[in-house]
Amino acid sequence: MPILEGKGVTKYFGGLAAISNVNFNVERGEIVGLIGPNGAGKTTLFNLISAALPTQQGVITFKDIKITGMKSHQICKLGIARTFQSVKIFPNVSVLENVMLGALFGKTTSTSSEAALKEVEEILDFIGLSAIKYNQAKDLTLVNQKRVEVARALATDPELLLLDELMAGLNHTEISETMEMVSRIRDKGITILMIEHVMKAIMSICDRIIVLHHGETIAEGTPEEVSTSKKVIEVYLGE
Amino acid sequence: MQISGILSKKWFSPVATGVILVVLATLPVYAAGYTPILFTTIYMYIILSVSWALFSGPTGYMSLATAAFFGVGIYTASLLGEILPLPVFILAGGLASAMVALLVGALTLRLKGIYFAIFTFGLVMLIAQLLLFFELHVTGTRGRFVIVIDYNTIYYAMLIIFVLLMLIIFLLRRSRWGLALQSIGENEEAAAHIGINVTLVKVFIFALSAFFIGMAGATIATRWTYIDPIIAFDPDISFLPVLMAIFGGMARSYGPIIGAVIFAYLQEILLTKFAELYMLIFGVILVVSILYLPNGIVGLIQKLWRRIERRRYADT
Repeated sequence: MPILEGKGVTKYFGGLAAISNVNFNVERGEIVGLIGPNGAGKTTLFNLISAALPTQQGVITFKDIKITGMKSHQICKLGIARTFQSVKIFPNVSVLENVMLGALFGKTTSTSSEAALKEVEEILDFIGLSAIKYNQAKDLTLVNQKRVEVARALATDPELLLLDELMAGLNHTEISETMEMVSRIRDKGITILMIEHVMKAIMSICDRIIVLHHGETIAEGTPEEVSTSKKVIEVYLGE
Repeated sequence: MQISGILSKKWFSPVATGVILVVLATLPVYAAGYTPILFTTIYMYIILSVSWALFSGPTGYMSLATAAFFGVGIYTASLLGEILPLPVFILAGGLASAMVALLVGALTLRLKGIYFAIFTFGLVMLIAQLLLFFELHVTGTRGRFVIVIDYNTIYYAMLIIFVLLMLIIFLLRRSRWGLALQSIGENEEAAAHIGINVTLVKVFIFALSAFFIGMAGATIATRWTYIDPIIAFDPDISFLPVLMAIFGGMARSYGPIIGAVIFAYLQEILLTKFAELYMLIFGVILVVSILYLPNGIVGLIQKLWRRIERRRYADT
């Protein structure tokens, strides 16, 4: 039983099909990579899962619950958290408060402030932000802002984490650190679906990869299968 | 032990608040006559600008519906003033405004930026014109009389609303909802994706601010004796709280209070002493303050404070 499943998912922008009839599934405990050239519809698919955009056709289910038609905050409370391609932190509050907001509002059960604070301290420690927790989020470097987003997402206590180009704009050291962080998040039992352009990262940490092109799935399989697929090579390198 | 240690903020602040409250509560006793009337006006403007800033400050949604909520409060007072006791019809005025805000908020809070501002201002015009139409064609009257209440009672009613508002804001700022409201202003999409029901939070706080504006309207109406839609839904009331809050400075919660106190006092002085030049002087002060005090009085205070701090460090 997949934790996340999409059937015939379709999204039009005007006359253009950004996502057309896409089927996908993510098993519990997996790290699944979502790749494809620019404009393939990867972020759109994320937006449909997290209800940042309404799905026009098709059904997405999470733990067998139909989530198409739900609001973003309801989906978050069900256990899906996400980060954004362009970082969307709360710039004028501290790192601690950014993460605290996730802990206070992200769950179905209400949390006391003391319990939330304890939890947030643990997450900040886990992500490596404890030393700068009182800094305003806008003053952080890009890699740390991305970490704040991940920490905030983790604070909502997700079962599935959607990571949208977490490695983009980072240097080599930061990429290896981030890859290690993603593996550690999976080790906590959190399923991960990630969009990524950094091939080194995607090939080494993903259990399975889905390739999108022009809003359609063109390949799916292990990193080896995908990297040797003729269709994928055509799309990336041209015919 | 240094003096600054004794006057540490922790207990100085509640004591100062207590003293101010006692001074204000006993004002009609030692300063009868004109002073309580002036102070009632000042409280009213504080309630308007602080209520406006309560919602529009953190969320960044520029509401120009203040006059609509104020007017609904005024009309409620004129309708219910004869049949209900004072506290009840003031409360009814607040509730009526909050209901309007709930309805309007649910419909329009998806509008952003200038669209929201224009819509809320349109609401003022809409309600005023609807009432005018109703009075002309249905009841065949123009305006209404409002029950007259003595000035000291109005003073205490307005003071209680003001204190209640400050108490609510104090509690809100310390609660998770204050943080949620700020997060909506900082990045609404991210707020929704970490489980905050952004529509609910926005509409609720919008209604809360309308509740206080409506109560202020219902209270002040009793001083006016006669009202009609044009008086009750005066567009100035939509803009003045915004100007006061900006003039005072939005960076601190006391900013809109300072702005309202100075503006209300200035308005009173200018209106009584220089009636013809009132709007001109008002305009000049506004232009100068926007040009030279972009962060309001609060910004000026912070600047001066930093200068003093620096000098203190230089001495040691």
